[in-house]
Amino acid sequence: MTVELGHFAIILAFVMAIGMAVIGLFGRMRLFAGTVRTLPFLVAGQFVLTALAFAMLMLAFAEDDFSVLYVSQHSNSLLPFAYKLSAVWGGHEGSFLLWVLIMAVWMLAVTLRSRHLPPLFRQHVIGVMALMNTGFLAFLIFTSNPFTRAVPFVPSEGVDLNPLLQDFGLIVHPPMLYVGYVGFSVAFSFAIAALLSGRLDAAWARWSRPWTNVAWAFLTVGIALGSWWAYYELGWGGWWFWDPVENASFMPWIVGTALIHSLAATEKRGIFKSWTLLLAIAAFSLSLLGAFIVRSGVLTSVHAFAVDPERGTFILIFLVLVVGGSLTLYGIRAWQLGSRSAFSVLSRDAFILGNNILLVVSLAVVLLGTLAPLGYEAVTGDKLSVGKPYFNLFFVPLMLLLSLLLVFAPLVNWKRTDTSRIIQGLRWPFLLGGIVGLSMVFTFFDTLSWSRVAAWFAVIIAVLVTTGHVMDLVRRVKGGHTPSLAYAGMFIAHLGFAMSMVGVALTEELSSEKDLAMRPGDTVERSGRQIRFVSIEDVKGPNYTARAGHFVVTEDGREYVLWPEKRQYVSGGNLMTEAAIEWGFLRDLYISLGEPLGEPAGSEGWAVRVHIKPFVRWIWFGSIFMGLGGGLAVLDRRYRRVRERESRELLAGSMPAS
Amino acid sequence: MNPVRKRRLVLVTTLLAGSALVIGLVLLGLRENINMFYLPSQVNNGEAPHERSIRAGGMVLEGSWQRDAMLSTFVLTDRQGAEFTVRYEGILPDLFREGQGVIVEGTLGNDGVFGAREVLAKHDENYMPPELAGMHLERPG
Repeated sequence: MTVELGHFAIILAFVMAIGMAVIGLFGRMRLFAGTVRTLPFLVAGQFVLTALAFAMLMLAFAEDDFSVLYVSQHSNSLLPFAYKLSAVWGGHEGSFLLWVLIMAVWMLAVTLRSRHLPPLFRQHVIGVMALMNTGFLAFLIFTSNPFTRAVPFVPSEGVDLNPLLQDFGLIVHPPMLYVGYVGFSVAFSFAIAALLSGRLDAAWARWSRPWTNVAWAFLTVGIALGSWWAYYELGWGGWWFWDPVENASFMPWIVGTALIHSLAATEKRGIFKSWTLLLAIAAFSLSLLGAFIVRSGVLTSVHAFAVDPERGTFILIFLVLVVGGSLTLYGIRAWQLGSRSAFSVLSRDAFILGNNILLVVSLAVVLLGTLAPLGYEAVTGDKLSVGKPYFNLFFVPLMLLLSLLLVFAPLVNWKRTDTSRIIQGLRWPFLLGGIVGLSMVFTFFDTLSWSRVAAWFAVIIAVLVTTGHVMDLVRRVKGGHTPSLAYAGMFIAHLGFAMSMVGVALTEELSSEKDLAMRPGDTVERSGRQIRFVSIEDVKGPNYTARAGHFVVTEDGREYVLWPEKRQYVSGGNLMTEAAIEWGFLRDLYISLGEPLGEPAGSEGWAVRVHIKPFVRWIWFGSIFMGLGGGLAVLDRRYRRVRERESRELLAGSMPAS
Repeated sequence: MNPVRKRRLVLVTTLLAGSALVIGLVLLGLRENINMFYLPSQVNNGEAPHERSIRAGGMVLEGSWQRDAMLSTFVLTDRQGAEFTVRYEGILPDLFREGQGVIVEGTLGNDGVFGAREVLAKHDENYMPPELAGMHLERPG
């Protein structure tokens, strides 16, 4: 009965979502008089019901209830318990239930922490979020129901969770990513509520800033986790493939990054008002586009969800309605916004504008590159693929320019900055950057290529950014200012960006990768490391058997053992490659087993791939710092103070003057 | 024209020109960096360009796979008479088998041999790359 209870709960939640959307958006009409008061209860109810549904599905997984179609397709009695639970979101239907649950959590959080907002505005925010969730729940119930029973033929054993997903990565990556994706619906709803209520001053920017930051932080960490997971689990050492599904998560991130910066400018200076609104709409729309790309199967991707045209059509219609509706509203209302404010070229305003322009151009690059195969096939019927060369061609210079702007971030003030202050502030960073750059010249340019030069610049700019920020911090502390948490967040996030950039540049340029034919007993040397292939052993796991290579590596007088595996899962399916990685702050050594070379005849031994990946960890550490910084900024006392003041003003019956 | 209108006009014109420039450049970059996809018949009748990065696909012909240490050669066929030879150095994907549909990325040499940088055989046993779906392959056996 458990899944029926879940099914029933989710239908009830759907009805409540409809109710909330109607009350939230039309609550002022006499017809609905008095209903507005019920909104918080409906939000709480929807959360409880969705959580109940989720728990019921999890219970079905825990109990190996293979009469539930979704469970039988994504689990197996031999599956380790932790993976049984995470298998709840290992497939399309369950992962969308997680999506809906996260939406309910966001709605609850917004409702609980928005009591200081003007009632009409708050009501609209909840209404818009409920409207979105109505769409999501309809999608879940009508096209992707995880609670369907497999009757009358109940399988006695489940198909199994895709072995690639039987991993810690599946436990953490999708939830983090979805919190980010869905979190942009808050910024979206604030923007729509601002347009609806006509409150187009800077107030909505102040209110939505912390929410946007949190969503962005989660998305950042979620993407980084996905990249790390692909790196160690897919077995071949890549950390980013420009795969359509990766791009689908990257596009909202790019716009989200632009948004958190322009929100700052709108809040502090009242500029870029209509632009910020547009970005808030775009960030969420791109999250939806991502969902469409992932779940419709229109693009070839390694992230295989079951392909179902009906689902694709549903999301596409939803996407068109959301984008069309919000842009129409934007078109009607936003033109009234005249933000007239002069700022000089050397001002924080101008640099945020630069940041936004570069990010939007980056978005255009990713968007066109991702959708080009689709468009081309629709027009000509021929197939094409867009790969790394295209994305690198544009992304490398764009990110270098973006990071160059970052050098100025701690130096420029709002409105205008004295040239002398900037020159003074840049003196030391440039000196240090110059020294680092020059000292690298002789060792770094053993080969000369554009990408090598770009990587060189990336390292130098990272030094400039780091020195500039650290010096600014020192200056502030010396001047007797205790840096605020908002400043600390900015500081950590910017340094995280520089760190990721160094990681990308050095990994891409200095990695060495070699496929070797090795027999047990063979030793090879890779950049000063001795790698000895000792033997091949048979290993038995909980639900798989494997052939594991025993490798002993000698590096700088230290010896360590690596065990890359080839796994065959009991439930059938493909052979899986499990890489063995000796990780380090400065380099990873990465060994994966290919195939035995006995087939076809002509050779013996094993194919072995050895990677040496310098600084690859920096990519993910840097991203985690970015996420932490974004989260830290939200904890700033300023937001609490503002909330308290606005509550008081609200109670006193006067709207906050803005 | 009043100053507000003029400002707006300048802004809109700049925006439009900027967007046009960006999109133009991106499309140009796309044109230079895409991999077109070709079937064995198109490789045979000369539709596929030589010495340029492309993708091609087909079924690995039974008995055609040979290997010398890390260097593999095999034949891709559409089972309707068209076929071409692929040379690849490195580790093949786990699902590479004779009789499987695969996609190769690389360049077609002037000798008609496809030098593959990458061999893709994704997902699972039942997976057919969508690119090959149009080939109406008869599965062996």
